[in-house]
Amino acid sequence: MLVSRLVTGIVVIVGVPAATVGYIALIEGLLSLVPPKARGQIRPWLWVAPAFVLLIVYLIYPVINTLYLSFMNADSTKFVGLSNYITFFTAQTTLTALRNNILWLIFSTGLVVTLGLLFAVLFDKVRYEAAVKALVFIPMAISFVAAGIIWKLMYDYQPLGQPQTGTLNAIVTALNGQPIAWLIDPGTNNAALIWVGVWMWTGFSLVILSAGLKGIPQDIIEAGRVDGATEWQILRSITVPMMSSTIIVVATTMVINALKAFDVVYVLTNGNYGTDVIANQMYKQMFTFTNFGLASAIAVVLLVAIVPVMLVNIRRFRAQEAMR
Amino acid sequence: MSAETTTSTMRQFRVPVQSRAVSARLVRFLERAPVHIVIVIIALIWMVPTLALLVSSFRPASLIATTGWWTAFETPFHFTLDLYRQALTTAGMGQSFINSLFISIPATVIPIMVAAFAAYAFAWMSFPGRDLLFTLVVGLLVVPLQMTLIPVLKLYNALHLTGTFPGIWLAHTAYGLPFAVYLLRNFFGQLPRDLFESAYLDGASTFTAFFNLVLPLSVPAIASLAIFQFMWVWNDLLVALIYLGGFPSVAPMTVAISQLVSSLGGGWQLLTAAAFISMILPLIVFFALQRYFVSGILAGSVKG
Repeated sequence: MLVSRLVTGIVVIVGVPAATVGYIALIEGLLSLVPPKARGQIRPWLWVAPAFVLLIVYLIYPVINTLYLSFMNADSTKFVGLSNYITFFTAQTTLTALRNNILWLIFSTGLVVTLGLLFAVLFDKVRYEAAVKALVFIPMAISFVAAGIIWKLMYDYQPLGQPQTGTLNAIVTALNGQPIAWLIDPGTNNAALIWVGVWMWTGFSLVILSAGLKGIPQDIIEAGRVDGATEWQILRSITVPMMSSTIIVVATTMVINALKAFDVVYVLTNGNYGTDVIANQMYKQMFTFTNFGLASAIAVVLLVAIVPVMLVNIRRFRAQEAMR
Repeated sequence: MSAETTTSTMRQFRVPVQSRAVSARLVRFLERAPVHIVIVIIALIWMVPTLALLVSSFRPASLIATTGWWTAFETPFHFTLDLYRQALTTAGMGQSFINSLFISIPATVIPIMVAAFAAYAFAWMSFPGRDLLFTLVVGLLVVPLQMTLIPVLKLYNALHLTGTFPGIWLAHTAYGLPFAVYLLRNFFGQLPRDLFESAYLDGASTFTAFFNLVLPLSVPAIASLAIFQFMWVWNDLLVALIYLGGFPSVAPMTVAISQLVSSLGGGWQLLTAAAFISMILPLIVFFALQRYFVSGILAGSVKG
């Protein structure tokens, strides 16, 4: 089986680029048969065609279709108007998920941006900056699933009296505290999950904000120091305002991540004990309950929540284009 | 006093150059001590969790369940490869590793090619609606996957693409296109116009201009994109879960591990080795090609 897989793999890796090159050769060949004036008009469409066919099939059509399905019942046979949306905003399970996503939104975005900024400023002051940045950045290379398992180990709980296996509880009991069931206790579990996300994404925020920080002209900072400003005042009144567009990039990405949070919750708690999130709810409605109507409505709510971010992105993009 | 006696007096009290530099550096270090301490704490917070997993994966399962990972450093040592052996064979991690490779590599190569063609058209060809279409691509960057799952799954079921590799290659290609087109178009657009003009003056066709000129010059951007896309697909859970399902013959590592989590419950020690096997490749890719990964992120936009 391995050999046949290998052969198929090689065929694909060689064949697909060959096929795509062949596609371009083909359309260019066809274009040479067309009168020169029409050539330049038709050519762009042929070049963007493969991408656009895929985008239409996998992104544009599904968005419209999901919107349509959200107004239908569970197996999409009957029109039910807004009842799926009403269910979403009244059912206890979905409301808890909504509340949790808001927690993710506020805290994961807030922490990632703040920590990224503080770390960027802090690491800037030492010579081994590159090494520490790489260290904080490493979690970005691993999957959320792997990160979930790493922190499952960290959060592990043993009842009082037995030796602790989880690092956090070991520290807590060493300080004479009671071991905490981080993932089960409703007072800590959402925070514990959100922290995993923060641990993973701070590196991303750090790298971008550090680059933005180094783009600030040093003379302005020096002028502030000469005028007697403290480091804190410099951070607040000079650094942060000058980095505002970079901070927005990080913040918008984190907002989207917070709304789409799925893997960590799925792997660590599967949404139990009051930790569920919208994306996980949608998955459950889709597969466990096969309620396509409700699942679609949940997806639409997610999209609506992201639209403001989309508009911010587009506006930023337009501004960048105007400067080209 | 004469100049000579002044200098000879001063010579008595002159501090040797080396110790002056050392003491100055020491003072500076002590002033900086709080910064260094905080940074060390931060580094520990970021490193210890992964270290804990690594150490645990080399311990016998029974010890993991009853003692903390830090006790592994006390004699007598009990390090063993048992968990890795178990993970690779009976738990099917070896198979799922190969599945992950089989999914990730084409799902990286295909989007790059398709996106490059479109990006080239957006950057260097003019056609009506070009800017509007590109703005559409930018907008699509943030569309959540969840909006697409049900219709595409229905399509796949009808076309018997569910649970097949070509199905997931196409899906990952499409999902990766907005970011890839955006990144490459920005890069292509920065190539100097005279480059193309002199090429066309020399009689080059669009075909040769693209393959012999643009692509070789774009290797850094393509490398960044390739790494980004590869890591994204390798670490993906949701897309594989939906379009491939959990069948061992096709499931990638992320899906296989998440299934282990739900099925093992009490025997989760196996996960330590399984998780580390899934992390090795991305970590190697990351360390070897960190520069490209970072510059891909800094290219001004991010994958939603």
